[in-house]
Amino acid sequence: MIGWTTLLLLMSAATPILFAALGEAIAERSGVLNLGVEGMMITGALAGFAAAHATGSPLAGFVAGAAAGAAISLIFGVLTQYLLTNQVATGLALTMFGLGLTAMFGRPYEGVKAPSMPGGPLGVNWAIWLGLALVPVTWFVLNRTRRGLILRGVGENHDAAHALGYKVRLVRLTAIAIGGALAGIGGAYVSIATVLQWTEGMTAGAGWIALAIVVFAGWSPWGVLAGAWLFGGVAVLQLRLQAAGVAVPVQLLSMAPYLATIIVLVIISARQKYRGRGSAAPGSLGRPFHATR
Amino acid sequence: MCNGRNRLTCQKHDGDGVTTAELFRAEGLSKTYPGVRANDDVSFCVAAGEIHALLGENGAGKSTLVKTIYGLIRPDAGQMRLGGAPHAPADPHAARAAGVGMVFQHFSLFDALTVAENIALGMDAPPRRADLSRRIAQVSAAYGLPLNPARRIESLSAGERQRVEIVRCLLGNPRLLIMDEPTSVLTPQEAEILFATLRQLAAQGTAILYISHKLDEIRTHCDRATILRQGRVVSTVNPRDHSARELAAMMVGAEMRLVDRSGRQAGEVVLTVAGLTSAPASEGTSLQDVGFQVRSGEILGIGGVAGNGQEELIAALSGETTGRPGTVMLDGGDLSAQGPEPRRRAGLLAAPEDRLGHAAVPEMSLTENAILTGATRQQLQKRGVIDHRAARCFAETIIADFDVRTPGPATAAGALSGGNLQKFVIGREILQNPRALVVNQPTWGVDAGAAAAIRQALLDLAGRGAAVVVISQDLDELLELSDRFAALNNGRLSAPVATEGLTLEQIGLMLGGAHGMEVAHVAA
Amino acid sequence: MLQLEPRAATPWWLAIASPLMAVVATMVAGGALFALMGFDPVASIRTIFWDPLFGPASGYSRPQLLVKAGPLILIASGLAIGFRAGIWNIGAEGQYIIGGICGAAVALAAYPAEGAWIFPAMVLAGAAGGWAWGMIPATLRNWTGASEILVSLMLVYVAQRVAAWMAFGPMRSPEGFGMPGSRNLQHYPSAANPELAAGTGAHWGVIAAGLAVLATWFLMSRHIRGFRIRVAGMAPRAARFAGVRPETLVAFCLGLSGALAGMAGLFEVSGPGGQITDSFGSGYGFTAIIVAFLGRLHPLGILLAGLLLALTYIGGELAQLMLQLPAATVQVFQGMLLFFLLGFDTLTRYRLRWRAAK
Repeated sequence: MIGWTTLLLLMSAATPILFAALGEAIAERSGVLNLGVEGMMITGALAGFAAAHATGSPLAGFVAGAAAGAAISLIFGVLTQYLLTNQVATGLALTMFGLGLTAMFGRPYEGVKAPSMPGGPLGVNWAIWLGLALVPVTWFVLNRTRRGLILRGVGENHDAAHALGYKVRLVRLTAIAIGGALAGIGGAYVSIATVLQWTEGMTAGAGWIALAIVVFAGWSPWGVLAGAWLFGGVAVLQLRLQAAGVAVPVQLLSMAPYLATIIVLVIISARQKYRGRGSAAPGSLGRPFHATR
Repeated sequence: MCNGRNRLTCQKHDGDGVTTAELFRAEGLSKTYPGVRANDDVSFCVAAGEIHALLGENGAGKSTLVKTIYGLIRPDAGQMRLGGAPHAPADPHAARAAGVGMVFQHFSLFDALTVAENIALGMDAPPRRADLSRRIAQVSAAYGLPLNPARRIESLSAGERQRVEIVRCLLGNPRLLIMDEPTSVLTPQEAEILFATLRQLAAQGTAILYISHKLDEIRTHCDRATILRQGRVVSTVNPRDHSARELAAMMVGAEMRLVDRSGRQAGEVVLTVAGLTSAPASEGTSLQDVGFQVRSGEILGIGGVAGNGQEELIAALSGETTGRPGTVMLDGGDLSAQGPEPRRRAGLLAAPEDRLGHAAVPEMSLTENAILTGATRQQLQKRGVIDHRAARCFAETIIADFDVRTPGPATAAGALSGGNLQKFVIGREILQNPRALVVNQPTWGVDAGAAAAIRQALLDLAGRGAAVVVISQDLDELLELSDRFAALNNGRLSAPVATEGLTLEQIGLMLGGAHGMEVAHVAA
Repeated sequence: MLQLEPRAATPWWLAIASPLMAVVATMVAGGALFALMGFDPVASIRTIFWDPLFGPASGYSRPQLLVKAGPLILIASGLAIGFRAGIWNIGAEGQYIIGGICGAAVALAAYPAEGAWIFPAMVLAGAAGGWAWGMIPATLRNWTGASEILVSLMLVYVAQRVAAWMAFGPMRSPEGFGMPGSRNLQHYPSAANPELAAGTGAHWGVIAAGLAVLATWFLMSRHIRGFRIRVAGMAPRAARFAGVRPETLVAFCLGLSGALAGMAGLFEVSGPGGQITDSFGSGYGFTAIIVAFLGRLHPLGILLAGLLLALTYIGGELAQLMLQLPAATVQVFQGMLLFFLLGFDTLTRYRLRWRAAK
């Protein structure tokens, strides 16, 4: 039986991924493959927790999480857009750096409790509402506004966008920062609203799952929502099975989200490969842009 | 009006003796890149209502010049004037606002976006969606350029894509329209239709700056031609007053060397291709039942507009894609299921079109690029262990025999000019003494001297008894080289016919004619 | 305005200088970070980079250098080959864990028998385990086109949970008083991977790392297969044209790097680690990615880079002990090092030029 509480749990489990994946979808639509989502999330988780703890306000925590995520994403942005470094390697570096940095500065916060999240309409906290609202907003901005059109153009063919006079690097830097801010909010949600405390490496691969969900979603915001809820469902199912005392070791049950991610990725990739449908990936995704003569 | 060092007359004389005034003028434009003077003191002017050709070889500086006018490049020195006012656009937005439109050689289109979205991206203040669609429909109708605003670019043919680019420019009401090699993707019939559109625009007062290296179309359609060589203006002439030969001499700076076709004898059948059909791919054109035979000592020319299956055909012949049994046979042996290496061992060699990244690795030295395809036939490896000395030797032989201008075999391939690298690539395959050689666009983007050398080398190879297949978009080249000609259109190959006596018009029809394009309606 | 201009070829000295500059920049930035946190920057840097080798306690820490460098070099040697080809195995950590488990499984199954066959069989099992774990992303990519980056990374999390399950379940030592963790293989002579010469820290894994460096050097610079791997990384279409099947290449690179990572795991579990625990993975698989880049994907460079990063591990522990620097210092250092490396690497591909605004 899927009751209201289960749905609530599902939405709550999906929310960090939803934020992070929406942000990554925006970055990838501009042609940037940022593998540093995990690093940006964990940075947001710590910054958000620290700010919420210091001010007693979860709202301040989310703002700080967004700011920290955006700030750290700009390291990636400058390296890949201005120094033309490899996006895969730089994204990995961002993840490693974020995990290290937060492990170092997070020590004083271990064992501290977060201020409680105020409830919202229908018992759903406003961060979940915000995440849900962002889906149509992102869709609208990407598909119905001039800025969204330029962003998609840059991601689809950066040479053409440059030839028409658009500032490819600036557009991408902006998209990277938005992606960083949303990943930071996602991370902050984990520490402030789900776990309610800070532990090292607490995002536990959520950033990587968000990356997979962007592929699953075919780079569309509505697809991201579906992917995040699917992931939330798997997470809740796993918890329910654990609580019901199913005769499977807890360690094996906890593999479920990762295995589900692989399975989803495989199904989507296979569909693109064998249905003859080309991938919906932006044409310039992951390619460095260097204005030639 | 025209004063200064370069006194140029800028009047276009119409039949009825009406003169129209200068619209655009460049004075002393210079642009230097490390090692290259792309533009050197370039001055010329374009009158309103004229079709003005910019003629020059690859690397003569045409692209740099028009990108300067379009605001993509800032000149190191010199000024421009447009309609009497100084023209110094900071970026393409400013150039468009001043009335300059540009149709790019490599389309600046976005494949996954719709026609309407592409057009909106080319405008600085696009109207709302519904209004935009209506205006696209208006312009399409006025100039005979039918377009469906909702279609995605990836589903359009090359000719239709160009239409999108042109409509995008026209919606900005340009005073000066720049077209960079627009007919390289069109059949002769489609090119005629394009010129009808351009005539109509010129008649309404738009100045057209037309870049090309196709001498005949410039002589037929352009009012004046400015000829560039090595970044400098050689001369501005009325192209109708000069023969193609004279124009070529001005462009190249020397008499063109003619190739020697003598001394060849067609022998036994070497290469047989039959029923070659490639799996439908999400991108590109799939081959449909392609078949032909090439004899020893014979050159088969395969013409067609790019994107009609050329890439797929050379991949199927080089072994990058394999096929059903009996589709690719060399000297009676079936190579259909074999990859590139076994095919090379058997004597079927290939040289793909793209030098940088396909036929050669730009970051690697010429020695390493010699290993790329020569490893087996030239014994540059023994049981997998590379013999670097033998490889260097082979690279040096290619460099010497094919006059590749480079400091030495340790130079990175990417550091060579297009012509020199192409000589290296073709030389690498020819020196391996192939039974059959397939080349795609052997002289694309290559200067005239290197092109002539490459064409002669292909003829000589056939003279020694090899079977040669030349795939090219350059119809003049195919007429010059090939004994028989076949056209590749939408993945299908026409039956090969003898080249002798073929006219460009017949070839154009073989290439699919006008592909359903309409002749411009005469504007009311 | 400062502009980048592509170079046709990288000068040899710059190829060596760029990682060195990155190391120096990391030390400077790291020192600044320490100063911000209220530590003496000079003392901190000296404790991390100098004292383990020449300081008062170096008698203990020096052998640790090879102990830590061995697995890093072994794993990075394999990863570098894939990175050269543009195949991104970032799941070496998972292959390391599975290799360790498979090798340990052989030992635990054979226990308490003694025999000369046991250790070689464990090495084979470790390599096979890592290979199989690496072949999962390879096979999925070849069959369905799924990104090997995401799949190999997801499999790290799966492998970590397999290790935890093993430590709590099937492999739990019957003599462990209910504590999680397998038998300690160091106490099982036929399965142990001991220090080969006292005071050096060298065990079989270090020998294997040395061999791996030699073998990958031969492959990449002398063998036609290595040549084609390099071509594939620089120009995939040229590689196809030369006769490389992309599917074979993906399987070769992921399988080989998986096997080497699996062997590293086995040498660790039978040697310095001793047992499978719920936290068996120790991050070597991720650090090895940095080692591969710092060594500019060249076997000799990887050898030196492995030693340097091993030094940061030991130095980090020492600094934690002596100066109470946080344990995560090393991780921050490694992350910064990778950033600086990538940044300075730009200099090898592009020339910096000062131009008046365009």
